[in-house]
Amino acid sequence: MADLALSGPAGPRPKNRFSRANIFIYGTLLLVSVYYLLPLYVMVVTSLKGMPEIRLGNIFSPPVDITFEPWIKAWSSACTGLNCDGLSRGFWNSVRITIPSVILSIAVASVNGYALANWRFRGADLFFTILIFGAFIPYQVMIWPIVILLREMGLYTTLTGLVLVHTIFGMPILTLLFRNYFTSLPEELFKAARVDGAGFWGIYFRIMLPMSLPIFVVAMILQVTGIWNDFLFGVVYTKPDTYPMTVQLNNIVNSVQGVKEYNVNMAATLLTGLVPLIIYFVSGKLFVRGIAAGAVKG
Amino acid sequence: MADQTSVSIRNLDLSFGAVEVLKDLNLDIGAGEFLVLLGSSGCGKSTLLNCIAGLLEINAGQIHINGRNVTWEEPSARGIGMVFQSYALYPQMTVRGNLSFGLRNARVPKAEIARRVKEAAEILQIEPLLDRKPAALSGGQRQRVAIGRALVRHVDVFLFDEPLSNLDAKLRADLRVELKRLHDRLGNTMIYVTHDQIEAMTLADRIAIMRGGRIMQLASPGEIYNRPANRYVADFIGSPSMNFYEGHLTQDAQVFESGDFRVPLAAYPFDSAQPGGRPVTLGIRPEHVLTGPMAKTAPVAMGATVEMVEPMGSDTLVWARVAGLPLRLRMDGQAAVAPGDQLDIGLDLARAALFDAKTELRL
Repeated sequence: MADLALSGPAGPRPKNRFSRANIFIYGTLLLVSVYYLLPLYVMVVTSLKGMPEIRLGNIFSPPVDITFEPWIKAWSSACTGLNCDGLSRGFWNSVRITIPSVILSIAVASVNGYALANWRFRGADLFFTILIFGAFIPYQVMIWPIVILLREMGLYTTLTGLVLVHTIFGMPILTLLFRNYFTSLPEELFKAARVDGAGFWGIYFRIMLPMSLPIFVVAMILQVTGIWNDFLFGVVYTKPDTYPMTVQLNNIVNSVQGVKEYNVNMAATLLTGLVPLIIYFVSGKLFVRGIAAGAVKG
Repeated sequence: MADQTSVSIRNLDLSFGAVEVLKDLNLDIGAGEFLVLLGSSGCGKSTLLNCIAGLLEINAGQIHINGRNVTWEEPSARGIGMVFQSYALYPQMTVRGNLSFGLRNARVPKAEIARRVKEAAEILQIEPLLDRKPAALSGGQRQRVAIGRALVRHVDVFLFDEPLSNLDAKLRADLRVELKRLHDRLGNTMIYVTHDQIEAMTLADRIAIMRGGRIMQLASPGEIYNRPANRYVADFIGSPSMNFYEGHLTQDAQVFESGDFRVPLAAYPFDSAQPGGRPVTLGIRPEHVLTGPMAKTAPVAMGATVEMVEPMGSDTLVWARVAGLPLRLRMDGQAAVAPGDQLDIGLDLARAALFDAKTELRL
């Protein structure tokens, strides 16, 4: 026995790290990542160049003379139509649209989901079916009727109107998300709370909410990125003064007068994309945990 | 106290869509009684408990608790406390928070809450755990907290929904004894759902055996074991389960016949005089087959051939054949038997059971 123990590990040696298969796998992955990141690289590099350097046409070469001038111009002085205060106006509009829309839609949808998952009132299934059906109707179909609705309510071209639209359109998918999450929580907890005398709101705020952080993070990311990146509703339901950032970006990039300022365009695009990017980085871990949370019980 | 009725259920009907789960169910539970609802899964026992708790809306019938019609009351207004299989402790609250949640909802004064929490914690010996979160507790401790949550509310009726099923065997036995002590000490009415017949037999004052949404028999554990009302109950209670023989009564109703297997019924306690000549089922529990010197003197004696032996320590289970029919019998743990042995056996007919083959009711 003792001799056997000294004879060392048995079986063939583990494979070489630089085996042909490994080189192939990592090589492919590297190639695909480079291909995917190339446009981002070009954008960052171009936004840091001056116009003379851009005219040389070497789009892949790093900037010789790093300048932040295009970023400053994109933020504060690029012209769209009559306004020459850059993207800053659109940024603040987008903030004013996104924050209330996210809060409102998540607040309503989480209560919806909770009611559908736990209180199984008469007609709950029908209500849920209609709501989910709503998620599959193309937005384009509803654009015109909503214009009329908003006009009749006196909210057309206002930020309030757009917030309302975003809240409504977020409802089906968010309700589904919350309902499925609440359904995955143990039903006996809900029963115990009812025996303990907690009512509809008591159970929601004191039992369900504290257990639901992951799904709230998921919903928040979905909504922030979705509403921030929205272009269609922004362009239809607002006017130049209240344009969100995405619409303003389009107007800067697509302006026809003068020379194309590629560096300013790139900087403006990166600025617009910064908010969703930051959200992903900050909440990445929570996001993954939230997505997984629906799958594991208890 | 003992004569009072604590919970009465009248003509209760419940169906989920087209599926009838409970049918015209009637049940009276005395004050201070420990009633066990026993049955295999899907028999409606947990559903019935949820109806009593008010967590399910019933389709028809009435539920009275302590003389008050609570059929349409909220669960919290019924004077019940409930303990769940999964413990259902609020994960974000400490043990103290869990215990006091119901009292805080009922706006009980702070000093009174503190007093009751302390009292319950003392009874259940969970005082050192009061400031822990449920995640930091073992299964047994969690279930104690869950019981405590019902205890602090000073309710008349405790409802238990398979509270010990998630615990390992040893802990289950310990908590079972503790529950029995708790019942002796508190004297509350307790309704306890389980599929474990040992729990039912040891804890219950009365057992209601359920099947398909109906109560098959409602009686004391002894009565259910010794005089099962029908074949289902006879088969369900007892482990290993009863031996059953399909056969018929002779014309004079004095002998049970199944091929060569003939059992004189002189010692059988018939409920009433029975007409002979019809198909019946004879049931004999493995532990009521006599062996050794007792077998020779038994009124019904015969020979059996041992086919297989299962030693279980305290006793030995023997699979044998008598007159060509299979027979399980329980012998002493020290008994020296081997496959192929010839065994003298006797049948204790006073403790046997005869069922009508068609209605499956006891004769």
